[in-house]
Amino acid sequence: MTALALAWQVLVAVALTPLLIGVMRQLRARLEGRAGAGVGQPWRDARKLLAKEPLAADGAGPLMAAAPLVLVVSSLVSVALVPLLGIATLAWVPDDLFVVVSVLLVGTVALALLGLESGTAFGGMGSSRHMMIAALVEPTVLVAVYALSVPVGTTALSAILQARMTDPATVVSPVSLLALVALTIVVLAETGRLPVDNPATHLELTMVHEAMVLESSGRDLGWLELGSWLRLTALLGLVVNLALPWGVAADLGVIATLVATVAFAAKLFLAGAIIAAAEVFLAKVRLFRVPELLAGSFVLAFLSVTASYLIV
Amino acid sequence: MSALDLVRVIRRAGRITEPASAATESDFTPPPALAGSAQVRHVDCGSCNGCEIELAGAFGPVYDAERFGARLVASPRHADVLAVTGAPTCNLAEPLRRSVDAAPQPRVVIAIGDCAAGVGAFAQGYAVVGAVSDIVPVDLVVPGCPPPPDAIVAALRQVTGR
Repeated sequence: MTALALAWQVLVAVALTPLLIGVMRQLRARLEGRAGAGVGQPWRDARKLLAKEPLAADGAGPLMAAAPLVLVVSSLVSVALVPLLGIATLAWVPDDLFVVVSVLLVGTVALALLGLESGTAFGGMGSSRHMMIAALVEPTVLVAVYALSVPVGTTALSAILQARMTDPATVVSPVSLLALVALTIVVLAETGRLPVDNPATHLELTMVHEAMVLESSGRDLGWLELGSWLRLTALLGLVVNLALPWGVAADLGVIATLVATVAFAAKLFLAGAIIAAAEVFLAKVRLFRVPELLAGSFVLAFLSVTASYLIV
Repeated sequence: MSALDLVRVIRRAGRITEPASAATESDFTPPPALAGSAQVRHVDCGSCNGCEIELAGAFGPVYDAERFGARLVASPRHADVLAVTGAPTCNLAEPLRRSVDAAPQPRVVIAIGDCAAGVGAFAQGYAVVGAVSDIVPVDLVVPGCPPPPDAIVAALRQVTGR
């Protein structure tokens, strides 16, 4: 029964992800005065890319085909581990914070290796930037969720979420607010959104994520796109559920799961819409100022840990 | 400009995009895999930049080719459509050939402007090879010097079928 709920969660996340990207792109287009391609466009793009045969550059190794699959699998596993719909978990599936971060890191490393494997100057440049951002992001994620775990006494994400559902007042405690702000900044950095990376850029020198996937084509590119979109769903889903712990299924009943699905979709699209609207007002920061931004988010996370011991 | 000013501008501008015209009829049959979605890579092989301005206009807010499923991308590896502009010069014939080879099948090559079609201001020039179709197979030609954004959007719509 729990396995069925887990499969449903992955299915819902995979179905909602292209829509989330579509909603974000459409809203941004409307705010820029354009008509927009419609919310279904990312789904059409992905379907088309997955149907195209990939081309490999001369001298490219098997990693060009393997890395996209590793990224998709790591994203799918993290979508399954993060409590998106319900807090009931399988005994043999650890939804521990450290496991989730490590699974995401596997995908990060696969992407960086892909950038190197393509053998172009821009690929290697993108990989080095990607690893720099990852090295600054991972400690903040760990410290921020550690701060949330101190009052609960466990690092299992479902237990943290359960504690927030039973006592929603803890959501607006200083510890929680500081940690959520820190988490939001690192989620934007990790998923390559503004102001850290511009997903719509055509200028190679400013690219981070795009530079690594420049040489991928067809099906490989489709998996890379889906994998990075799913990461956004997993991380954004975690943040919205921690910030708004309402509607999350406490048991495995059909009605509770359906309510949780609708609530999760609403929360996810709301968060995506807020990010897309904010991106209209933001410019990408200079690469050498990214560490300052991420160090700021680390300080917030660190203050949050300190507060969790001082303010009970 | 403060954020509040920007909000005011957004509210005042509203929707800039002009209403879509009816799709044009032609005997070109696009590859079925590209229905509804075509990623476009622009290849300039010797243009005077007139066509570039019109191409930028086609993807700008007024003509908004993106609403028909076309999107500009940064690499020919990501592309389904290669939009070739300019009179192909001797030096750029080989890069053009390589760019087209770098795009995965199925792909569509669109020659944009009179120069790319082998006529126009620079035809028969000392450094000009000929038409784009002399170098790579061309599926669609958009005439004009420069072609209006409307015509470029119409060609892209034939590919996406929207």
